[in-house]
Amino acid sequence: MELAFVIEKFVLVTVIFLITLGIAAYSTLAERKIAGYIQGRIGPHRAGPGGLLQPLADGGKMFFKEEIIPSESNHFLFIAGPSLALLTASIGSAVIPWGKVLTIGGRAIELQVADINVGLLYIFGVVSLGVYGVMIGGWASNNKYSLMGAIRAASQNISYEIAMGLSIIALLMITGTLSLKGIAAQQEGFWADGWFTWNVFKQPLSFLIFIVCAFAECNRTPFDLPESENELVAGYHTEYSGFKLGAYLFSEYINMFVSSAVMSTLYFGGYNFPFMNDLGLSDNVIALLGIVFLFGKIFFFIFFFMWIRWTIPRFRYDQLMNLGWKVLIPLAIANIVITGIWMTVKDLI
Amino acid sequence: MESLSNRKKVLEQKPMSFGERIYLPSILTGLAITFKHIFKKRETIFYPEQERPMSENWRGLHSLKRDEQGRERCTACGLCALACPAEAITMTAAERKKGEENLYREEKYAAVYEINMLRCIFCGLCEEACPKEAIYLDGPFLEADYVRKDFIFGKDKLVEAPLKS
Repeated sequence: MELAFVIEKFVLVTVIFLITLGIAAYSTLAERKIAGYIQGRIGPHRAGPGGLLQPLADGGKMFFKEEIIPSESNHFLFIAGPSLALLTASIGSAVIPWGKVLTIGGRAIELQVADINVGLLYIFGVVSLGVYGVMIGGWASNNKYSLMGAIRAASQNISYEIAMGLSIIALLMITGTLSLKGIAAQQEGFWADGWFTWNVFKQPLSFLIFIVCAFAECNRTPFDLPESENELVAGYHTEYSGFKLGAYLFSEYINMFVSSAVMSTLYFGGYNFPFMNDLGLSDNVIALLGIVFLFGKIFFFIFFFMWIRWTIPRFRYDQLMNLGWKVLIPLAIANIVITGIWMTVKDLI
Repeated sequence: MESLSNRKKVLEQKPMSFGERIYLPSILTGLAITFKHIFKKRETIFYPEQERPMSENWRGLHSLKRDEQGRERCTACGLCALACPAEAITMTAAERKKGEENLYREEKYAAVYEINMLRCIFCGLCEEACPKEAIYLDGPFLEADYVRKDFIFGKDKLVEAPLKS
């Protein structure tokens, strides 16, 4: 392994990590701002111009608050919980292709940390590990409300994980690859062979199931049952204070960012944008524009997450289970069957 | 049975249609509604810098008025204390000495005039009872405090600032 490769990857990892943290921090501000705008208010606006320093103020508060560890709790697991949540949230971004190949000084730089050919499986593995952070945190606090929140989180994640996996299978049938880079490359441009290239137009039902499951996986409204403040005090993080609580909240926003990135890559063409090959620009410019477009899509999805949050009320627990097991899983299986039939028919013609 | 008012509504419990059961149309309508709200007028009033305009008959903190020559109007007649349903007003009367004619308008004045703001219900009856037009509820909000004794407002807080000629 040559040195340049190591440096290149190191820089890429650092940049992606910093961007992830930055976006997660500013998502907290965006959430409060959007909540304000939707409710006819202003949102935070005192710290810095337009409230831009609010995340720093919040972070400072989190750092300097006293951290309380309940005496009856399992101390090791109590600390391990938020760390695990933060860790699993932030390693998901490793397989996402952030742009096309960038050529600098005759060197082709891949804008992806690791192009593993089971990228999608990796994402799924990491995402399903995320529930351990919540589970362990809820268990270790030795608090009934926390435990109930954690159990809710676990059972919710199990039920939505299956529907999510099944919805992806229909997508994999038409793409034929598990590599996220491959999937993004297949959606080149916007229009080809008389049909849209983006997967959302080829697999709308799969996308719908996927986005619903992504909301549930991120524990976002309307599936934020693990932390429903009016029923469970605060759910799995009731006993947490200071930066451990911050880590939990932060990992939620990182999850949101990563799942927005996955959704953009899988269904909305990733770094591809309409007419990208007709503009007559050099490859490097197109690669850079691609990054901008990918982030545009990601920001739209993050906005969408928040938009939904202030629109739809929380599901009741039995309704949630109903939706997961009795609606989404059969729908996903039906989608697989339909895709299979359609592909066979297309091959025969 | 015939209902007495003829306004009885029978609860309809029709099963939801397929379009209603898939929820997506209603979710989209909801999203459209919340999106429209983003562009609506903000209701926020930036409080310390900007104050909400009060109505004409707003009753705020009391103030004891002075007359055109800067003398206190209050003659300690006690009608306000009598009118007060919450019994929040107490006062001690005193006689005006020679040389104090520029301070008090009449021979009798209130040496001590206290309103217990914890008892006051801001009904405005003291304002109505006063024959000398000495007390008005035209002040701002009552501010918060930590100890109960600070809510007993004496003349130092109630009497208007002296006229500057």
